[in-house]
Amino acid sequence: MIGATSLVPTAEGSSVDSAEAVPLIELKHISHSFGTPSDIAARLAIALRLAKPAPRLRAIDDVSLSVRKGEVVGLVGESGCGKSTLGRVVAGILPPTSGSVLWRGRDIKTLSPSERREAKLRVQMIFQNPYASINPRRRAVDIVGEAPRVHRLINGDFDAFVDEQFRRAGLDPALKRRFPHQFSGGQRQRIGIARALAVQPEFLVCDEAVAALDVSVQAQILNLFMDLRERLNLTYLFISHDLGVVEHISDRVAIMYLGRIVEEAPAEEIFARANHPYTQALLAEVPRIETTKRSFAAIKGELPSPLAPPSGCHFHPRCPHALPRCRTEAPRLEVVAAGHRSACHLNGVCR
Amino acid sequence: MNATALLQVRDLQTHFGPVKAVNGVSFSVGRGEVLGLVGESGSGKSVTGFSVIGLVDPPGTIVGGKIIFDGRDITRSGREEMRSLRGRRIAMIFQDPMMTLNPVLRIDTQLIEAVQAHEDVSRAEARARARDALGMVGIPSPDERLQAYPHQFSGGMRQRVVIAMAMLHRPDFIIADEPTTALDVTIQAQILAEMQKLVAQNHTSLIWITHDLAVVSRLADRIAVMYAGRIVETGPVSDVLTRPLHPYTAGLIDSVPSRNRRGERLRQIPGMAPNVARLPAGCAFAPRCARADARCGEAVPLFTAGMREHRCLHPLPEVRA
Repeated sequence: MIGATSLVPTAEGSSVDSAEAVPLIELKHISHSFGTPSDIAARLAIALRLAKPAPRLRAIDDVSLSVRKGEVVGLVGESGCGKSTLGRVVAGILPPTSGSVLWRGRDIKTLSPSERREAKLRVQMIFQNPYASINPRRRAVDIVGEAPRVHRLINGDFDAFVDEQFRRAGLDPALKRRFPHQFSGGQRQRIGIARALAVQPEFLVCDEAVAALDVSVQAQILNLFMDLRERLNLTYLFISHDLGVVEHISDRVAIMYLGRIVEEAPAEEIFARANHPYTQALLAEVPRIETTKRSFAAIKGELPSPLAPPSGCHFHPRCPHALPRCRTEAPRLEVVAAGHRSACHLNGVCR
Repeated sequence: MNATALLQVRDLQTHFGPVKAVNGVSFSVGRGEVLGLVGESGSGKSVTGFSVIGLVDPPGTIVGGKIIFDGRDITRSGREEMRSLRGRRIAMIFQDPMMTLNPVLRIDTQLIEAVQAHEDVSRAEARARARDALGMVGIPSPDERLQAYPHQFSGGMRQRVVIAMAMLHRPDFIIADEPTTALDVTIQAQILAEMQKLVAQNHTSLIWITHDLAVVSRLADRIAVMYAGRIVETGPVSDVLTRPLHPYTAGLIDSVPSRNRRGERLRQIPGMAPNVARLPAGCAFAPRCARADARCGEAVPLFTAGMREHRCLHPLPEVRA
């Protein structure tokens, strides 16, 4: 185990070199649906046609995504598109209904219990709401120090270890005896970051980690993420609805719409040559600082209910280019350029 | 323009005990003008809005200054007087539509009540007005939607209902407090398009309170930037955003990721927002400011040049490197 004195990442380690070709995390055909499992009485009632099966919400629908070591993958989508659920699956908090999660090329389900625990520790999550994601009744020192203590990651002095974690997240260790309410929103988010980093993860899932922060604080936290990435050789899945933020820090971007990834490409590519009509609409509506006043032109319609997603391509009711085929057949993610995949029937038509 | 301004706020001070949430704010809004009031949390932008519409809750009180609406001082207007103005001539839209809507009443009940509060019309007529208002803000099949309860609407649609309610009496003045912050980008764009159309059609004056410079840049005519209870800079939107004079405004603009080169460190403002209960005597931004010197510790006057105003002894040069 890594102790307080060896906070250096293991990037130079030989075990990593051999695994370089293998993605750090790979999702294969992940689906997840929410709903209450029916008990025997309910199943009987359904069989006798006395009741309808309880509705199930398909939050993720056959998603495959891989993240290589050292990469920052931005996951973008509007509320209810399943991006947070996918983040939880990656972080190991939520077991998927079907599909497999591969950690360094090995299916999590085939790992021994101790290997699985180790793999879970290597993936940590940072949450959106710095007010709800840390326990208000515990002191900052316990919030940050509890997990490494439980997992016996501290070789030396506990206080020295926690101080180091505080400094790394840009917090003054002198404040560690304080309670969360004595910190500002930005500082609280730093506590969440210190807590996640205290168990020496390699992979951070940031779920809207800067969405609740003011612009100036957001800039400070984004800078911290980028510094940490360099210093600790971290890999990120950066979930956000804010394309400006995602464009800034991601190497690769995946766009989700109603449970499916509709487009995936290197960041520069997607912002320069968005292929999917939904991505194009999203990009057109990103509020940017303009120097001339101009009117807003919005795409029509609202997000459909994920309980009853539209048939075929989920985006077809709002799509300005929808074809008859889009109503009946769901397009598959296909390569449109090097490293660029998009799920749109138009690509087949144009070619 | 001050002579014809619909709303004039002069040296407004709204305090919550020792917390000087609004600490000497002056601005004016002309007829049909859109003012973007920008600031970060705790800067006093919402309290400014609440003060204007007379909805500051105790322990908050307006301890000084004047609010002049359409030539009338409404700073110390009584409850009844404010009630007759609110909803009819001045309306407010909040970030959370459920602050406006009653969750246990149908939309029609609430809209009809709002119509009849100010006008002596029959229920049928009020209902027709409510239906038209829903149609105007782009709610499909307004007749059926009138029968629905707030929870049967999506977040974006609920915000449209609230906007329809605010527009019922075609007010001269609307205060919108971050009404699109909680919405998705595509829905935000729809609401902004709708608002833009409505205020232009009705020649409504609008204060748009937000932390989002990007929204303001497209929507507003003028911008006022607040920091720690004071307006630090005012001016036409494009001027302020392209050539900010106050270092805080410049810092805010520079922190926006799209204003930075991809993947590089963002230009951040050092330090943290000050505690408004213990403000320094001079410029509140001085402890975080690279341009500050000893003079900034004393009260900073307001500098005016044409349409632009700022409170900084060391404003940025007109042309920035």
